[in-house]
Amino acid sequence: MSEIKTLFKEGMWANNPALVQLLGLCPLLAVTSTITNALGLGLATLLVLVGSNITVSIVRNWVPKDIRIPVFVMIIAGFVTIVQLLMNAYTFGLYQSLGIFIPLIVTNCAIIGRAEAFASKNTVPLSAFDGLMMGLGFMLVLVVLGAIRELIGQGTLFDGADLLLGPWAEALRIEVFSFDNQFLLAILPPGAFLGLGLLIAAKNVIDTKIKSKQVVTPEVEKGPRARVTSLT
Amino acid sequence: MKLTMASSPHNHSTKSLSRLMITVIAACIPGLIAQVYFFGTAVLIQLVLALLTVSVCEAAVLLLRKRKVWPTLSDGSAWLTAVLLALSIPPLAPWWIIVIGCLFAIVIVKQLYGGLGFNLFNPAMAAYVLLLVSFPVQMTSWLPVNDLLANPISFTQQLSVIFNGFTSAGFSVDQLRVAIDGTTMATPLDTVKTDVAHHLTVSESMSKPLFNDWFGLGWGWVNFGFLLGGLYLLKAKIINWHIPVGFLASLILCSGIGYIAAPGTEPGVVFHLFSGATMLGAFFIATDPVSASTTNKGRLIYGALIGLLIYLIRTFGGYPDAVAFSVLLLNMAVPLIDYYTQPRTYGHGVKK
Repeated sequence: MSEIKTLFKEGMWANNPALVQLLGLCPLLAVTSTITNALGLGLATLLVLVGSNITVSIVRNWVPKDIRIPVFVMIIAGFVTIVQLLMNAYTFGLYQSLGIFIPLIVTNCAIIGRAEAFASKNTVPLSAFDGLMMGLGFMLVLVVLGAIRELIGQGTLFDGADLLLGPWAEALRIEVFSFDNQFLLAILPPGAFLGLGLLIAAKNVIDTKIKSKQVVTPEVEKGPRARVTSLT
Repeated sequence: MKLTMASSPHNHSTKSLSRLMITVIAACIPGLIAQVYFFGTAVLIQLVLALLTVSVCEAAVLLLRKRKVWPTLSDGSAWLTAVLLALSIPPLAPWWIIVIGCLFAIVIVKQLYGGLGFNLFNPAMAAYVLLLVSFPVQMTSWLPVNDLLANPISFTQQLSVIFNGFTSAGFSVDQLRVAIDGTTMATPLDTVKTDVAHHLTVSESMSKPLFNDWFGLGWGWVNFGFLLGGLYLLKAKIINWHIPVGFLASLILCSGIGYIAAPGTEPGVVFHLFSGATMLGAFFIATDPVSASTTNKGRLIYGALIGLLIYLIRTFGGYPDAVAFSVLLLNMAVPLIDYYTQPRTYGHGVKK
């Protein structure tokens, strides 16, 4: 139970792939111009991450250490192809608007990172849960960044949600305020860099606040410490 | 006689930071006067707006950071940023342009990096680029000089344009940009660039009423004003000669070579020197002591590379002027330049 709790905390906050590990920045910065795009890519990444984590965990005892990376990449590429074909079939508009960034999920370091660091050393259920949490954490950051950029850039939320969720979702579109001029910078890549920087700063502020609130327990003197690493 | 023990350095410069900044602001006055004379008093409205915004922003951030407000605010660096930004944007741009620009310059570019002395980038130019990239239409709506306007407008009318978008007679900025002969006017740099792209020669382009024999009407005088202010700064030893000299020499060299190679499509040395923001850039913007190179050799290289980039972007790039982009790009290169141009400390590192 405590393992699951740790995994949840790691994925969503303490070791969040986007805010702490800073992995997978390429899609993070490129496609978060609207919530819909961010959600679409986040879901795709989530599916691939869970799938690849499960598969890697299943085959972990049969894959020789020397060729594990190519094997992992092949597994991930297989899942990306599945997701790409699914999106092509069911959410064609979104498939077109995400473009090259769907196949590029293969190169998302967050996924191969989890395969290498976690799934190849842990059991199937734990790996699946880790994939789910990491994927959700990544998606959460994508969506928040997408929301900020969409709001500042064009004053709307959930613009084009019907591309992802079907025609009923057109009702989701909220026009918060309308400009005569779009604030182009928020929609262009520099806006993503600035936005991500501010999000990371916000996370660090919250962490510091939490730390300062925790009661500092005085350290008990345990006697002289022995040096465990040798000086070389 | 009382003898006091003081630690080195014994020979102080008596200039305080705030006097330094105020002198730089004062040196902008000749250029400012020229700009007001040729492009109308709207520049002053933008100036006031900018000064108000930076003061409020700086004070707010300092309060958030729990610092004393007045000592930092009164060093004048924020006001200098405001002046430079107000001089760079089109005078009739809507009020929120300058407000967003000042907010970004002070809060993000300057204070988030730690305040004066820690900013990697020149705040005014970073804000200018933000505005240019985000609001291309408003940021390129320069009016022709007053003499050429079909509908010259008064101060109150300019105020109305800045805050409401229209004069009381209902003219928008786009309509005001129409000159006597009924054509919309762009800046001289823009006109030459567009005409060359349309296969006119430079001399054909420069026979338009927008130009006198050498450079754009008004713009030449504005640049001359900034040159005057810049020379004063050099004389008062506020800035070193290295950056402006490197900057201008490189621009002269590049545009000279260009003119010799292709006299039909190249506007030549004088035009490059006295158009756009050349002089403002050379003496006031590139010489920012925080974000520029700090070694003498490095300053020459820094200035020369800015000059080269300005020529390249003006001639081959997508934008008519390039001071802001060049300065920002070179700001990024400053640590590298400084690393390779460190002067030898006396008694150390002699070449064998």
